[in-house]
Amino acid sequence: MELLYALTLGVLTTCGVYLLMRARTFTVILGLTLLSHAVNLYLFASGRLVAGAPAIVGLSQRSADPLPQALVLTAIVIGFAMTAFVVVLALKAAVELRNDHVDGENPEEDRA
Amino acid sequence: MPLALIILLPLTGACLPALMRGQSSRLLASVSALPALFSLLLLLSWLPHAMSGGETVVQQLDWLPSLGLNVAFRLDGLGLLFALLITGIGCLVLFYARYYFEGSNTSARFFTLILLFMAAMLGIVLSENLLFLLVFWELTSLVSFLLIGYHTQDHAARLGARMSLVITSGGGLALLGGIVLLGHAAGSYELSVVLDAGERIRAYEHYGLMLNLILLGAFTKSAQFPFHLWLPHAMTAPTPVSAYLHSATMVKAGLFLLARLHPALADTSLWFHLVTLTGMLTLMVGAFVAMFMHDMKGLLAYSTVSHLGLIMLLLGLGTSMALAAALFHLVCHALFKAPLFMMAGYVDRATGTRDMRRVNGMWRFMPVLMVLSGISAAAMAGLPLMSGYLSKKMLFTESLLLSTPDWAVVVIPVWVALAGLFSVAYSIRIFHNVFFNGQPIDLPVWPPASPRLAALSPIVLLALATLLVGLVPEHIYSALIQPAFSAARQALVDSYDFSTLGGSVPMLMSLFALAGGVLFYHFRDPLFRLHARLPEVDAKEIFDWIMRRSIALSQRRVFQLENGSLQRYLSFILATVVVVVGMELLAVTHWDGGVALSPLDPLTLLAAILLCLAAIGVTVHHHRRLPALLLLGVTGLFITVTFARFSAPDLALTQLMVEVMAVVIMMLALSFLPQTSPRESSGFRMGRDLTIAVLMGLGVAAFSFAILTRPQETISDFFLANSVPGGGGTNVVNVILVDFRGFDTLGEITVLGIAAVAVFAFTHDLHLKERVVETNPAHWVAEPHPIMLSTVARLVLPIALLVSAYIFLRGHNLPGGGFIAGLITAAALTLQYMAGGLVWAQERMLSPFRPLIGAGLLTATFTGLGSWLFGFPFLTSSHGYLHLPLIGEFELATAMLFDLGVYATVVGATLLILANLGKLMTVTGPGKEIG
Repeated sequence: MELLYALTLGVLTTCGVYLLMRARTFTVILGLTLLSHAVNLYLFASGRLVAGAPAIVGLSQRSADPLPQALVLTAIVIGFAMTAFVVVLALKAAVELRNDHVDGENPEEDRA
Repeated sequence: MPLALIILLPLTGACLPALMRGQSSRLLASVSALPALFSLLLLLSWLPHAMSGGETVVQQLDWLPSLGLNVAFRLDGLGLLFALLITGIGCLVLFYARYYFEGSNTSARFFTLILLFMAAMLGIVLSENLLFLLVFWELTSLVSFLLIGYHTQDHAARLGARMSLVITSGGGLALLGGIVLLGHAAGSYELSVVLDAGERIRAYEHYGLMLNLILLGAFTKSAQFPFHLWLPHAMTAPTPVSAYLHSATMVKAGLFLLARLHPALADTSLWFHLVTLTGMLTLMVGAFVAMFMHDMKGLLAYSTVSHLGLIMLLLGLGTSMALAAALFHLVCHALFKAPLFMMAGYVDRATGTRDMRRVNGMWRFMPVLMVLSGISAAAMAGLPLMSGYLSKKMLFTESLLLSTPDWAVVVIPVWVALAGLFSVAYSIRIFHNVFFNGQPIDLPVWPPASPRLAALSPIVLLALATLLVGLVPEHIYSALIQPAFSAARQALVDSYDFSTLGGSVPMLMSLFALAGGVLFYHFRDPLFRLHARLPEVDAKEIFDWIMRRSIALSQRRVFQLENGSLQRYLSFILATVVVVVGMELLAVTHWDGGVALSPLDPLTLLAAILLCLAAIGVTVHHHRRLPALLLLGVTGLFITVTFARFSAPDLALTQLMVEVMAVVIMMLALSFLPQTSPRESSGFRMGRDLTIAVLMGLGVAAFSFAILTRPQETISDFFLANSVPGGGGTNVVNVILVDFRGFDTLGEITVLGIAAVAVFAFTHDLHLKERVVETNPAHWVAEPHPIMLSTVARLVLPIALLVSAYIFLRGHNLPGGGFIAGLITAAALTLQYMAGGLVWAQERMLSPFRPLIGAGLLTATFTGLGSWLFGFPFLTSSHGYLHLPLIGEFELATAMLFDLGVYATVVGATLLILANLGKLMTVTGPGKEIG
């Protein structure tokens, strides 16, 4: 299970990072979302994988680590706010610069 | 009495002239002189203490003790000597400036800066902490820059100022490095510790590097060869500045530092060679060039360079009394050089030029000034009975006492005698050339007016002091020099026996220098002609060339690195991460930490595969944006499932709600943006990015696998144990959020609120229609809202609100809470917007959103503050039990009030974001702002 989890995390990171480096704002937002999923899962993993034992007192003998869960919970909400903000930023850039390239200008060719 | 007061007086006093812009120089000088005079008196009150060999006074105030950085002041003989020079000559210079700036009403800046400078200089000599000293050190460089460039319209002044800043602050940087090393070697930055740790410091493995760095700082500040170039170019400053900063005080800071650190650093062969050789070179170069200067201030500047070299040489020698001779000469130099500068300033004002080929025969016009300058020039030349005579003979005596190394035994005495010859020659020159030497030639201002007698008083005082030192050197020595000497040696020292100075060899050397100097001056005309034929080297041009080249070079480098492409920056940053982190990870030998793996079940495997496929799908199909977005939604759902699978119901609920909202927002955005991304990345770039991405993915996977298989040490047992007794709730995640780490949560909802308001502000005047109409005119045809959806949505709303209230109330004990309830409410209300339309829904909203966010934040904050009323720390919660019919017994905790704040903020923020993005959809907007 741990191996599977780690591999999934790797796939998410790879996809997120690759999309992050693309040239159009919308694609970058997609990449950011994937990457923040990866980061949340990564933080979550520091509490280890525990099945069927939510961190509720009295429910079961052992219990999942509540601290990473609390941290990830706020991270999810803030991630949402950040996504919204970046989306508006992208819209504003697209309107004012009349294109949706990350550098604000449509390059004739790739700048390596 | 606090020592800080001595520095604070001129520092705060600097505000006075700044507040009195446009006043006459007379008033400004009087006002500025007050704090300086007070500081001087305070220092004088310490004089008896220092003379009687009293203890070093250290006063300390903790500032950043963890960094070894404290506000600490120290007063001993050495500091007192310099502080007296700084304030004493400072007062006279202020007085002089009153006349120098007479008739100008723009001199407020000068007086402010000169007081600032005085404070900074006092800071250097009175600091106990070396880092603190360094701050003042840099401050003097900065103020000096402003003062040299005082005439901002003058190109030469700006260039001179820049040159001095580059050289002295470059040296300051080196000094910083040196002092950090020194602090490392000594184990402290406090001088009391450093000065006692001499042996340890000299045995330090990086002693050489440290010494070089510190010396670099001192050499640049004290204008030692080859860094002396800035000093002559600093002569574009007004003359009071030259007299004060560039002869009497600032250039002595480097010498002070070396005298100060003498017990810690000196008496090694490296010290001897570096300091002595630099001093020798500077001494000779300065004296030689001074001889051939035609500009009065230029001559004085180079002679200053030469005298600084002389003192440096004495600091390096290491013979028994060399340090005393250095300090003695330092005082003499300050006393005779400042009045010479003042003289040059008056002559310049009276004649309109400083060119000594034209300024001749001034004795007829300024007889009193002639007599006064005669005293100072005689002291500079080292004529018998003058202060300079004594210090010169002290130098000769010390140079003869040297026994090692072999070369120095012969070379140094000859060298200093030769330099003495030059100094006699240029001293005669500045006196004779200006006041005698025939008639003035073609002066811009005619006739030259003699300065008023009152204006000469600072020069009178300094000339008297020079005479006094020459007449009763023993008293001056025992009052000022001996305490300073013993402070610099960190030991009790004998008094200097001035009667033995008349030894035959030093006497012969003096005579040689005197006779040679007179002869040299006598034959100056052929020598000048010879000198004129030498190739001219303009330091300014060389400096300029170096500056231009280095700026061009760094610009090229910057442009190479920074060409405005975000993709390029990201790839650099991420590649750096891959390399740096990767190298660390490669060192890991056991990826599997040994904890038994949990069994894999087919359902989880299937979900994981689907999750990966969805993520890969997003990446592969990112050019077609709508399908990619849908796949992204799928990814989010599987993330939700992951949280649910691994015992995090709160996270699953939150993720689910957020995912819905995020996809809605992105859908909204997508309706304005192009529906496809062009395929524009080259194969090379895709390969490069893919490599980086795969490497990062591999790293993250490996690293998280390593974490997952290692035994866990967690602090969560505390939370699990205290959740019920301390927080009154069984849902530990929620108790952590609203209680244990409530302050974090407060910060996070604040960020959420700020993000929402930022979205509001951005969409406020965003006119999308201009842009989009041209691409898709049919876009704006209003479609009726589907009847089914709007009917169902209205039915769903009360149920959804009920659910969210339930989730909210039970959140403390079971999965739920303010965050999740807020998101559910927001989702339900969003549905109303989608089903009924923006205007319809907006009319029915009970509260505008921004006040809702504010109310939420205030509720949370005041709940936290409330605990103060009961004498508990911020955000302490209390709880009790309450029995409600039907629902049964539940707990009521103040944490729930806090959670209510969280709830309100989440609802307000989410809806503010969605409604304002939605507003962009309508052609003209709903007519007024939303939220």
